Amino acid sequence: MSIRERLSGNEAAAIAMKQINPDVVAAFPITPSTEIPQYFSTFVNNGAVDTEFVAVESEHSAMSACVGAQAAGGRAMTATSANGLSYMWEMIYIASSMRLPIVMSLVNRAVSGPLNIHNDHSDAMGVRDAGWIMLFSENNQEAYDNLVMAHRIAEHKDVLLPLMVCQDGFITSHSIENIELIEDDKVKEFVGKYTPEHYLLNQKEPIAMGPLDLQAYLFEHKKQQADAMCKAKQVILDVAKDFEKMTGRKYSFFEEYKLEDAEIAIVCMNSTAGTTKFVVDELRAKGIKAGLLKLRVFRPFPAEEIAKALSHVKAVAVFDKADSLNAAGGALYTDVTSAMYVNKNQVPCINYIYGIGGRDTKANDIEAVFNDLQEIVKTGDIQNPYRYMGLRG
Amino acid sequence: MEVSTFIYPYTAWTDSFVHTAFENAAATLSGAEACYQSMKKQGKLPEDSHTKFIAFGGDGGTYDIGLQSLSGAMERGHDMVYVCYDNGAYMNTGIQRSSATPKFADTTTTPAGTIIPGKMQSRKDLAKIMVGHHLPYVAQTIALNNFKDLYEKAEKAIYTEGPCFVNVLAPCPRGWGYATEDLMKINKLAVETCYWPLYEVIDGKYKVNYKPAKKLPIEEFLKPQKRFKHMFKAGNEWMIEEFQKEVDARWQELLDLEEITNKE
Repeated sequence: MSIRERLSGNEAAAIAMKQINPDVVAAFPITPSTEIPQYFSTFVNNGAVDTEFVAVESEHSAMSACVGAQAAGGRAMTATSANGLSYMWEMIYIASSMRLPIVMSLVNRAVSGPLNIHNDHSDAMGVRDAGWIMLFSENNQEAYDNLVMAHRIAEHKDVLLPLMVCQDGFITSHSIENIELIEDDKVKEFVGKYTPEHYLLNQKEPIAMGPLDLQAYLFEHKKQQADAMCKAKQVILDVAKDFEKMTGRKYSFFEEYKLEDAEIAIVCMNSTAGTTKFVVDELRAKGIKAGLLKLRVFRPFPAEEIAKALSHVKAVAVFDKADSLNAAGGALYTDVTSAMYVNKNQVPCINYIYGIGGRDTKANDIEAVFNDLQEIVKTGDIQNPYRYMGLRG
Repeated sequence: MEVSTFIYPYTAWTDSFVHTAFENAAATLSGAEACYQSMKKQGKLPEDSHTKFIAFGGDGGTYDIGLQSLSGAMERGHDMVYVCYDNGAYMNTGIQRSSATPKFADTTTTPAGTIIPGKMQSRKDLAKIMVGHHLPYVAQTIALNNFKDLYEKAEKAIYTEGPCFVNVLAPCPRGWGYATEDLMKINKLAVETCYWPLYEVIDGKYKVNYKPAKKLPIEEFLKPQKRFKHMFKAGNEWMIEEFQKEVDARWQELLDLEEITNKE
């Protein structure tokens, strides 16, 4: 029987890490993810895990130590937010190029500057092309479930890529919700043993890792990373199937909430999906055919599947919790619209930048967006596609 | 080191080797060492296996951009030896000054100009910064006289449990401006002038390994190197005097530390 609990998102992440019992955790505190290494170090010091906890002096060293540990032959995990991830940035690329399936819990927060400790997705968007698998989580349950599935995906021989599980800082990381935990032994069995093919501490087969890789080979090595990201799509679905067998909880690239017969739809990630579901329900009660596509797997980007799922609607709004400052629109919007274009989906699609620096996203904000979409359906005129939601005039 | 030993698909290393970035050899090795401790504890490695971890960095990656990562790893007490090859500037990128560059040296970012005559700041004393971390073993050495001092210190560092640090002066023919065949001569002059004293600090106790019977004047070390050429122009005698004063003061400080730390 699963265990019913009440936990914050950070507690849920820390408990998933405890059940995974990695060989090394290296982390540096930063709000709002600080609690994760805090909780985890109590597990270490009370003997609940076998992990060596490396209390590094910076996030750059946190990711460096994770790379060293995973290259040595162990499972390495970390947690961070915002500037912590920015400071890791150099090592983020190195981790994926070395094909090390490190798993990170990223508690999303606005990247400075100016300084702000609250939630948006500017940290995650800064590493979207770094070769990491990126899973987003609506609530504490999903943050937990995604972490339990993480190693099976990242360590799969067709994948071998690092993976980050995102959740919204404070909104879910510090909110206590009901959660269903899986029994320790079931998680242990599901995650399985880590058996890397090549690793530094294998005395029978010494290996040199991290070469100088010049014009003759780097291109091909980058293509291998790209191929692994493509192959990750099937692995993500396969692991989700196994997870469903164990828990009954169903996961895919995205969740379609009342999308099947929807005429107007919103695409978003993380906790805003919860608020959007509430608004969709209210509109449905009024007879308005609103729907939601909640993206879980941002990298690899399920372009074809998204385009297909949105092909029958009459207007779409994509929410970006980070502005790309590019005079064209947010990152998710650009990805969704290009996916629609190449898949011959001509549905009008607009973008809303929202929630920047922790600006609260209210149900009536989202309702106003659905109203805008209805207007577009009526007139066929999208006007300015690059819009803002919740911005003071 | 990476660029000369490990160009894909070839490697000069016969034992396991990892390179990740410039400033983080100590942090990367922290992770590898922590993983070793963890796997050993869990019985995931053969019981009779024993692995030592050695990091190599230049003065740029150690004194400067990697100082934080080094300090963190040493303070945390990972069982590793960190070896710094100090050639006194960023030689790989083309002789830019580092905090290990001696005062007045002509580098590509501290050129000996008409107004500012080279680097105007003194050299950082990294070995002493490491001593401040209360490590079981810190040493400063150089390849000299059949490498005896270097071998002995390497052996002590490797066989001492815990975080150890060895600083090795590595004269760069191109960056310092001397003929390659004079390497051993330059090494000897660095030691005989007390520019680069040979010493070790074992559990906080200083031991000066070599005390020249007659300390040579610093000109002997400076003169054969093009990077100090401008110091020998008429009117620049003050630069040599100042350099000598600093060498003398640091040498005396070292002798004093040896005396103080060995008091019963």
